[in-house]
Amino acid sequence: MKESQLVKGNVALAEAAIQAGCRYYFGYPITPQNDIPEYLSEHLPKQSGVFIQAESEIASINMVMGAAATGARAMTSSSGPGISLMQEAMSYMAGSEIPCLVVNVMRCGPGLGGISPTQGDYFQATRGGGHGDYYNIVLAPASVQEMFDLTMKAFDLADKYRNPAMILADAILGQMKEPAILEPREPVRTSAKPWAITGAADRKPQYLKTLYLSDGEQEAHNLELMRKYDVIRDKEVLCEAKNLEGAELLVVAFGTASRIVKTAMNMAREEGIRIGLIRPITLFPFPSKAILEASEQIPKVLVVEMNTGQMLIDVQVSAHKSAGIFFYGRPGGGVPTPEEVLVEIKRSLHATAGIQASKNSVG
Amino acid sequence: MPQQVFKRPRTLSDKPTHFCPGCTHGTAHRLVAEAIDHFGVQEKTIGVACVGCAVFMYDYFNVDVIEAPHGRAPAVATGVKRARPDRIVFTYQGDGDLAAIGTSEIIHTANRGENITVVFVNNTVYGMTGGQMAPTTMLGQQTTTTPYGRDFRTDGYPIRMAEMLATLEGVAYSARVSLHNAKAVLNAKKAIRKAFEMQVNEMGFSLVEVLSACHTNWRVSPLEGQKKVEEEMIPYFPLGVFKERTGKDFL
Amino acid sequence: MYTDVIMAGFGGQGIMLIGDILTYAAMHENKRVTYMPTYGVEMRGGTANCTIMISDEEIGSPMTGHPYSVIVMNGPSLVKFQPKVRPGGFLLVNTSLVEATAVTRADIDTLLLPANDIALELGNGKIANMVALGGYVERTQVVSLESIKKTLPKAIAERYHKTLPINIKAIETGAQLARRG
Repeated sequence: MKESQLVKGNVALAEAAIQAGCRYYFGYPITPQNDIPEYLSEHLPKQSGVFIQAESEIASINMVMGAAATGARAMTSSSGPGISLMQEAMSYMAGSEIPCLVVNVMRCGPGLGGISPTQGDYFQATRGGGHGDYYNIVLAPASVQEMFDLTMKAFDLADKYRNPAMILADAILGQMKEPAILEPREPVRTSAKPWAITGAADRKPQYLKTLYLSDGEQEAHNLELMRKYDVIRDKEVLCEAKNLEGAELLVVAFGTASRIVKTAMNMAREEGIRIGLIRPITLFPFPSKAILEASEQIPKVLVVEMNTGQMLIDVQVSAHKSAGIFFYGRPGGGVPTPEEVLVEIKRSLHATAGIQASKNSVG
Repeated sequence: MPQQVFKRPRTLSDKPTHFCPGCTHGTAHRLVAEAIDHFGVQEKTIGVACVGCAVFMYDYFNVDVIEAPHGRAPAVATGVKRARPDRIVFTYQGDGDLAAIGTSEIIHTANRGENITVVFVNNTVYGMTGGQMAPTTMLGQQTTTTPYGRDFRTDGYPIRMAEMLATLEGVAYSARVSLHNAKAVLNAKKAIRKAFEMQVNEMGFSLVEVLSACHTNWRVSPLEGQKKVEEEMIPYFPLGVFKERTGKDFL
Repeated sequence: MYTDVIMAGFGGQGIMLIGDILTYAAMHENKRVTYMPTYGVEMRGGTANCTIMISDEEIGSPMTGHPYSVIVMNGPSLVKFQPKVRPGGFLLVNTSLVEATAVTRADIDTLLLPANDIALELGNGKIANMVALGGYVERTQVVSLESIKKTLPKAIAERYHKTLPINIKAIETGAQLARRG
């Protein structure tokens, strides 16, 4: 096994893409993810791969669509405004079932926003983001090692389900260095792609399209997609569950927020407070069942996010109806401190009412 | 024994088209299919469909096709070609697609010298959506969104794409042709063949702008439409070859 | 065992480099470690800082508002970070560039090192960062000096390896000056 290396999150992600067999990157510069195209512009040509800095994020994602349509693993990466520009093509790819990887190292918003760490794009990522009735597979790393591991996994899932996959990260995960083993956990899977557009030699011409005009044709297609999403929901949920046994309070947090919560959990433990954690690793599919089961045992749930309450909605939908649900969030680049989270943990524990989420503003 | 002197190109399917009777999209499709047949590349050709009347090209061409979002066909074609440089890749785009919403993509694809072929059908209106103003709509021309005629003070001027793109170093071939009579069709055939030849010879980006009538949205008869192309469009959109690279002189 | 440190100064003082070195040394000792640099817009102002967390257990938050230790290499960093040091924590101040009188905390351990002057005496003004690193490691014992020296070649780009001996000398000098008594 390889030694662990000290590496930046963005670089670990870019290296994972190469090791996953991705040879086509198309992108447009935007902070805080520029380490990804910079790394790939250096290393892809050495692997006979293609790196193109496109004229816009719109062009980037459409180039991804073209390369991926031929059956190749292809990706792009961006942040906030760039990801918004990509939504059109991502909708097309969801509709024509072309797999790809889109990396969103989130920046603040709405609008241009700053590059401070944030989780404001949860809705955009998990609700499809573009027009039409579809979902992306969304993975949320919480460490440099996961920036690597989940990128490899994202390519596999994208291919397996012929669906766009997204890594949802933030500036801390992108810029932070941690020791990581940059080696696949399991062999890279390459699957046959008989649907790929490669030229109609020895077979009939085929096409990838999203326009269905005959009676009922579009509905049938949407139902087919729905069945696929149901399989994904059934089979591909990933989450980390920690200290649930005997916990007084369940905290749900993903990505960087979950790291901060872990520090707060340790502080709480020193004060004799028992906290359980569920950290969704897949945001779509969401670990609804794990949250339901945990909230049957643990009567109070605190959701911690770096936004004004987005995953909160999914927790509210998932948790047991008797659970009291509380929320603490800091948007716009505000990073909650472990001390703040500890205060919210105590406040949630002492609150008597609270079926509704109490949205605490930063005071 | 009678000899067959006219037949459907292999690359063209025998499906009746959805195009309006008299529309020259069908002619343009045929010329593209003939060019693909001529170079014997049907089995390795990949088409990129745009949004507009030409979106159904997967029904009419016997080649693999991917449908691109509106205006993005050149970017999608870039991805296809970069992943499969051994394939022949072409887009078939209308004027709204290429010269309005897709200007960024066409310019940069041309400027990168992507080795693809673009067939650009200019009929001065958005046909599929019901005859709205296009960037190529003639001054004074009435459309459903220029009921008083296109006025340069509000809408600017009809845009000449073939000339504009010819200024870019990455472009190997840029020409404008028309389909308004038999002679014009023969010239168009040569130009489209040339555009594919450029790609076969890996010379870089090639584009043929095809002037076409949309008599339905122009609200004239097919014959009057051809006359308008000749008398009104060609004086503003001159036919000709604006750039033709002769060697692999990538500067 | 858990500790953390914020290292802060001007861009160009080699702050990120000593952060890297400490991180590699912690890895060498099989500890968990995270390294969080300032980045992007924040860097354009000319100040640079990084946060390193070292632990035997999984590390949660990679950032802290209450560091156990701070290394301050310039004046603005003292203003920003002196108030944040945890009571009982440790503050190392480069008094070549910071007025010693500005160091006012009495509830923490402080070490005043004229790092630039020491570096100049050693013959290279650029290694003030190494002097500070030596002082920090000696006083906190977070990793051994041996680990620092051993991992130095990993953190320093190969084209600078001819400077390894002078860097080691600077680290040792800083450590020596930090020894109590």
